[in-house]
Parts: sequence; structure tokens; C-alpha cells
Amino acid sequence: MSLELLLATMIGALTAAGLWLLLRARTFDVMLGLTLLSYAANLFIFAMGRLRVNAAPIIGRALAPTLADYADPLPQALVLTAIVISFAMTALVLAIALRAHAETGSDHVDGVEPPVGDGS
Amino acid sequence: MIDAPLPHWLIAPVALPLIVGAALLLIERRAPSWAAPVSLAATAALLLIAVALLGRASGGDIEAYLLGNWRAPFGIALALDRLTALMLTLTAIVALASVLYARGGDDQRGAHFHALFQFQLMGLNGAFLTADLFNLFVFFEVLLIASYGLLLHGVGAERLKAAIHYVSFNLAGSALFLIAVASLYGLTGTLNMADLAQRVPMLGAESAQLVRAAALMLLVVFCVKAALLPLYFWLPDTYGAATAPVAALFAIMTKVGVYAVARMYTLVFGDGGGAAANVAQPWLPVLALATLLLGALGALAAARLRTLAAYLVIASAGTLLLGLGLGRASTVAAVLFYLVNSTLVAAVFFLLSDRISAMRPACGDRLAPARFNGERAVLGGAFFFAAVAVAGMPPLAGFLGKALLLDAAAQTPYASWVWSVVLLSSFGVIVALARAGSLVFWRPALPDAASAMPMTVAGTAPMQAVAIGVLFSTLVAAALLAQPLASYTGAAAQQLFDRRAYIDAVLGAEPVAPAIAIREIVGGKP
Repeated sequence: MSLELLLATMIGALTAAGLWLLLRARTFDVMLGLTLLSYAANLFIFAMGRLRVNAAPIIGRALAPTLADYADPLPQALVLTAIVISFAMTALVLAIALRAHAETGSDHVDGVEPPVGDGS
Repeated sequence: MIDAPLPHWLIAPVALPLIVGAALLLIERRAPSWAAPVSLAATAALLLIAVALLGRASGGDIEAYLLGNWRAPFGIALALDRLTALMLTLTAIVALASVLYARGGDDQRGAHFHALFQFQLMGLNGAFLTADLFNLFVFFEVLLIASYGLLLHGVGAERLKAAIHYVSFNLAGSALFLIAVASLYGLTGTLNMADLAQRVPMLGAESAQLVRAAALMLLVVFCVKAALLPLYFWLPDTYGAATAPVAALFAIMTKVGVYAVARMYTLVFGDGGGAAANVAQPWLPVLALATLLLGALGALAAARLRTLAAYLVIASAGTLLLGLGLGRASTVAAVLFYLVNSTLVAAVFFLLSDRISAMRPACGDRLAPARFNGERAVLGGAFFFAAVAVAGMPPLAGFLGKALLLDAAAQTPYASWVWSVVLLSSFGVIVALARAGSLVFWRPALPDAASAMPMTVAGTAPMQAVAIGVLFSTLVAAALLAQPLASYTGAAAQQLFDRRAYIDAVLGAEPVAPAIAIREIVGGKP
């Protein structure tokens, strides 16, 4: 039970933090937000294969090949794909954000600094 | 599958752009002058393949292709039905016109245009062909990654700003897609669409809320792509900022979202969806009607031709999702018919706007009177023709699409709303186009602006004219062949609602027997 609670809290906290950062107006914050959001999604995919302790995802000779003896391998494969994609995407956003900063001289997502006192 | 002629052609629309795109990365470096002809030839070949597949699918059989020869729910399957074949052909036509247009000089503005273009085609075709939900996610990402690159092609501050918004928004959408897909996997233990269609109805009452939540999260993701009302704000800036051939290709990108809604919300979450049956029904028609209205308002308020075209894309997305949301075979058939016309005409509009701004260096594509450096009559005529097509006036096929939709909607509870909003938004679009056309083509330029402009006539680009000609002739063909096209889209809609046929075709596909028994090679050991 405690493992499920820990993971669910973790996913919830990551999602909340990610969303909050995503709604901020600076490209770096947005990027961090997207990263946290993708971590949350990855953990969620992993959890959807059900949490198993001490169970291998690859069928061996010792145990009968049923899901009762093994961890579900598919979500682990899905997570791998998702991690690779989100990693590449983070690199891309970083490149775009740096280029935009060089081009506009501002790290605001709209490319222009809001008037002073706007709070963002 | 074994008796089908040349079953491997089903993977060609994905494999061809992949191989050509990868080769183009090398060709661009070693022999840059060959890049464009190779890309053009590959796109033309893609069109031929798509037409051949269209011919195969029009018979009514659903073909499945098992990747890696794994039986359906375990491996990834591709499936070809009438709707898929129609989308593949439409994509290839728009792509051919875009790549022809890009030969006019747009492909030289930055690196890797043709390679990215081919990867985008691979993503689009894969998304249309796949019968696996996670694979759909992967192809969405492929087409998005390529589209980020294409959007940034020929960098500028405006494009970078649009790109940051577009990329962030779509990445958030991707995270939501993953969560929705994972929830469906956690509930059903499968990601194959046909298998999902079988298992979702079997879910117990304790999973009812979860599966509905997953289905609605998927709807949000698809509507981000399709540009439905609260989720379309990325579109006008993005499409307005991209170079013309890229924007024209993007016209088909919103249709990927529409396609995904059409597929998932008939096959898995349609009438036979158990706890999640018709889960999109209360949302889609209302939001689609609002999108339609706002699309027309945006077109009226547009200050640039590109923005006008972007709002036309939004209005057409509204019409398409309206027909899907009404959820009858007749309304779906009507909007599939409309989809052909609206995609082509949106692409035409982006290309024409670019041509107009090239001919008016003084004020580009802003809606203001300015001096033309030539081609005024030709462009004016083309604009009028495109305006007739996009507003849905006779004699072109857009009119028939809307008429079919109104006719089909008469039997639904939303009839009065559909009629009034569709007609009102059509009227708004007509006014917006008439205003744009008269401002750009009829109002004489201010004398000081005219005298300030040097009298250089920009060189005509034959490839660009050919590209626009290709799209126009397809539009005319769609109008002339309205009867066969309407019966095809009608059959495609019937096929969408026939869940059993899709499930049987995908899950019943037999792996190909190996040509040589593998055991003999390894010496009889298992």
C-alpha cells in the first residue's frame, strides 16, 4: 500500500509543479514545467503496468510464463519510447528558447518584456 | 492477407518517405542540386502509391498488415480502409503541390527543408495507417518533430515566438496523450485499436469513470491537433508565421486530429463502447458550432491574408468536428466529402497569399490596397475562384459538402442550431473574403505608395504556378466527380460505423508463413 501511495503522491506533485511552471511566462520555467510533466507521465505509464517488487519483465526458465510471476514488460517498453521522445523534445525546446533569446533579447515567451510592474 | 496482391505496399507510404528523408540528409550535403528533384520524385511516387491503395480500399475490404509478422494484439498492425486511403491520397496531393511550390525558392531559405518535409509525410501517413494507439502517439510525435523544424525553416523573430508557443502547447498535449494511453492500457491491457474496441465494452462498473476520463483526455489531445474551440489559439500565429509551402502542408495536419477523432470515437468509444459509449457526444457538436462561429469572426477580423486563411482552417475544422459529433453515418459521410474540398482550398489559400505578397512588396499580405508588380488579373481570378470554393458556393464541391451536411443534420436534435450556425458562419466567411478581395485587388493603390515603388516586375516562378494549378485542377475534379466521391465517402462512413469488420480484419490477420523453415537452418534444434 505504502508504495502505491508514495508513487501516486509523487506523480501528483510532479504534475502540479509542472503545470504551475508551465503557466509561467519565462521560457526556462516553461521548459522545466514540460520536463516535470513528462516525468509525471512516464511514472504514470510505469504504474499502469501495476507495481511489482522483485519481478523480472523478461521470461526466464525458472518460473511459468504467466503475469503472476513476472512484471508487465509492455509499459516498460512504452516508458523507454516516451523518455527518448521527451528527452529529444526538451533539447529542441532548449535550442528554440536560446535562439529566441539571442534574437529578441528577452526570455519572455512572447519575445517582448512586459511593462515593469506587471508581475510576470 | 496472403492472397492480397503485394501486401507489403501497405507499409510503403511510411517506408518511402522515411528512406528518402534519411537519404536526403546525405544528398543535401553531397549533391545539394539533387535534393529537390529527389524529394519531388518521391512525393510523386507517394501519390501513385496512395492512388493505388485508394483503388484497393475502394472495394470495401479492410486490409491489415502485421509489422514484423506478429499476430495483431501483440505486434503493431497497420490497417487500410476507405477513410485511410482517402486521407493518404489527399496528403499526397497537398504534399506534391507544396513541394512544387517550394521549388520556387522557399526550400533554399534554410537547411534540410526536403528531409524534414519527407519526415513530416512519414508521420502523417503513419498516423493515418496505424491500428495501434501507442503507435499513433509515436507517429504524432514524428510529424510534430518534423513540423517544428519546418515551422522554424527560414528563422525570424516572429517564427521563433510562434514556435515556442506551438512546441510548448504540443508537448503538454503529448504528456496528456501518454497519460490517456497509459490509463487505457492499465484498464484493458491492450493498445491495439481493434482489441480496445472489443475490451472497452467488457469493463466493469468500477472502471466506468476511469475509462470515460481516459476517453475524454484523448478527445482533448485530438482536438488540440484539430483546433477545436478552446484549443485553437496556437493555430493562427503558427500558420501565419510559417513559410507558404509549409503552411499549405500544415493544412492537412489539423485533419490528422479530425481523422483520429473519426477513428477512435466510432471504433472504440462509439455506439458499442460500453461505459464510454458516445462519450464525446455531449461535447463535440456544441464546441464545434462555437468554433465555426469564432472561425468566421476571426476571418472577419483578420488584417492579413495568412491570418484569414488560418481562420478558414479553423472554421473548416469546426464543420468537420460538427459532422463527426452529430455521430450519424450520413453526417460523417457529408463531412468526409467536405474534408477533401476544405483541405485543398486551405492549401490553395496559403500558396496564393504568398504569391500575392511576393507581387506586392510594399505591403505583403496585409489587407490594404497596394501596387501589384504584375499578375494582378491572374491572382485576382485565382483568389475569386478559391473564395468561391472556400465559402461553399456553387458550383464547386464545398457547396455540395455543406448541403449534404445540412441535409443530414436535419434528422438530428441539433438541426436548427446546425442550420443557423453553419449558414451564418458561411455568410461571415463570404463577407470576409469579399472584403479581402476588394481591398487587395480592386481598391486602387494610394498614389504616393505607387510612385515610391520601383517598376520592377518580379520574375514569375513557373513551379509555383504549376503547384497552384495542381490544387485548382484537383478542386475542379472533386466538383466534376462529385457523384463518385460522394458515394465513396458515404461508403467510407458506413465502414467506420461497421466496427465488427475492422475488428475482424485486424485481429483476424494471419501472419505470413516463413518462406524457409527456420528450424532447418539452425539444424533442427528448437
